[in-house]
Amino acid sequence: MDPLRLAVDVPLREFDLGVELGVGREVVALVGPSGAGKTTLLRAVAGLAKARGQISVNGTTWLDSERGVELPPEERSAGFVFQDYALFPHLTVRRNVEFGRNARADGLLERFGLARLADAKPRELSGGERQRVALARALATDPAVLLLDEPLSALDAHTRNEVRGELQGLLREASRPTIVVTHDFEDAATLASRVGVLVEGRVRQIGTPAELVAAPADPFVATLTGANVLSGVARRFAWLTELELSSGERIRSTDAIEGAAVALVYPWDVTLSLTAPDDSAQNHLEGAVASLVPVGNRVRVRVGPLTAEITSDSADRLGLKVGDRAVASFKATATRLLRHGS
Amino acid sequence: MRHAFTVVAVAAAAFSLAFLVVPVVALFVHVPPGDLLHALGTPPARDALVVSIKTSAIAHVAVLLIGTPAAYAIGRSRFRGRSVFLSLIELPLVLPPAVAGIALLITFGRLGLLGGTLDALGIDVAFTQLAVILAVAFVEAPLYLRGAIASFESVDESQLDAARTLGARPFRVFARVALPLAAGGLGAASTLALARGLGEFGATLLFAGSLQGVTQTLPLAVYAQFEVNLDTALAIGALFVCFGAAVLLALKLLPGWTRFVSLSTFRSASSTSA
Repeated sequence: MDPLRLAVDVPLREFDLGVELGVGREVVALVGPSGAGKTTLLRAVAGLAKARGQISVNGTTWLDSERGVELPPEERSAGFVFQDYALFPHLTVRRNVEFGRNARADGLLERFGLARLADAKPRELSGGERQRVALARALATDPAVLLLDEPLSALDAHTRNEVRGELQGLLREASRPTIVVTHDFEDAATLASRVGVLVEGRVRQIGTPAELVAAPADPFVATLTGANVLSGVARRFAWLTELELSSGERIRSTDAIEGAAVALVYPWDVTLSLTAPDDSAQNHLEGAVASLVPVGNRVRVRVGPLTAEITSDSADRLGLKVGDRAVASFKATATRLLRHGS
Repeated sequence: MRHAFTVVAVAAAAFSLAFLVVPVVALFVHVPPGDLLHALGTPPARDALVVSIKTSAIAHVAVLLIGTPAAYAIGRSRFRGRSVFLSLIELPLVLPPAVAGIALLITFGRLGLLGGTLDALGIDVAFTQLAVILAVAFVEAPLYLRGAIASFESVDESQLDAARTLGARPFRVFARVALPLAAGGLGAASTLALARGLGEFGATLLFAGSLQGVTQTLPLAVYAQFEVNLDTALAIGALFVCFGAAVLLALKLLPGWTRFVSLSTFRSASSTSA
């Protein structure tokens, strides 16, 4: 049985948050747009937000509305890393980490690389350091579960990648039921063993990052995982399915669907060329290059309705510039079809 | 046009400054400084100083002890009718002091609302030092509460939440997080309230009278000595100017000073609340 089991219901302004979840000794990420209820769910688990339902941790009941059990936050054992970290500005790093009940700072400060900052005040720290202090403070009380609210959103793009790697290691080491909330699928996929997509208070789909990318349950999940989404009308075409896009162009897929549908194509399955290639790919869409965004050693190129992710080398070799004509090609076998509105 | 207006505005500023500063300076120049110091040593001034310090200190400590947790409770909670509640707290601030004095008299006086009860307990309030303390507390409490409530409201909610998730019970959240973080605003509110309490005149006069050595505070002594010995009245006035200047200076220096203090208050708080 999972150490953390929850089934909670929180009325929000526009919808009800209703989530059932079991979390083992693993990191589960909840991804979703802002306002989906992610933070509220974490606050409900910690006891900071009123909720109905049940929450039990290692056999201890934290919340059971039917039996009238509702432990206050200070009697639960939930380490919480707040979005803005919420460090105590008047206390040193060491005092922050030692704040919790029965908290032990010594080993943690060394392990988190904070030993030399022990006497610094939070305002003297960088974003990444603050995050480590917040996590160390949350772990110092040896909590039964760990909750992180957008742990990377307060960081700039440059430090973010580095801190994400660090955080991944620290969370693995912490080895306890952990829920991370984020709006970024890449962050979720890096940090968590399972990712749940939360939309308007409901978990649309939950699975490993690979499962979500390979078989998204609906277009929203697909967009979230980074897929291109093209909508149109599908009909059988020989052994394949052909989707007529609103632009009039046609693309083919090996999936069998008829009627209003969306096609999902991942950016890394799209190749670019200057003229239509004579290759095995069934789908070729021509368009103007709208943008070129470098992402590490890759470049995300927007061509017509599609985003392609190609290596920087390839982009240089093709000499792509904004406004150039280019052809985006992708295989029918890499084109997933989903019924529209599913 | 613009040039002419600039001249007018600067002239208005100069006039304002002179209008406000000249009378204050006049307090010091009418009588030589040596005579002022001497006048402060006369019995009426000495007695008033003792009464003022004693009553203000007791009233102020009571206001801080009761007002701080009260302000925390009000500042951190949202309830229906909260703004009405806040206005009621602030009402004494906008009352003329004489009205406050009468109000206290018909509440705590022998014939007042609680007079019978107090009488049965053998407590006689009106025209005693207790009346001075009540009058001072009555006028300074709204000022302190208003500032303290605002200070607690400005404390970041997530820091209090963080303390709770770390296992801190309500008193520990208050003493180790809310109090140090609100310290700057609390210090400012406390200083302003103390100054207001020391200057209290009307309510004290009506509720406590002006009996030298018992209920005659410094402002009452200024009034009493005005016709008897102008030097003494001026000397007390000069003392108030010095005190007022010190208050303003303290308020200016407070932000830098509290960063320092909040750490030490935390240390002492941590040893008692752990």
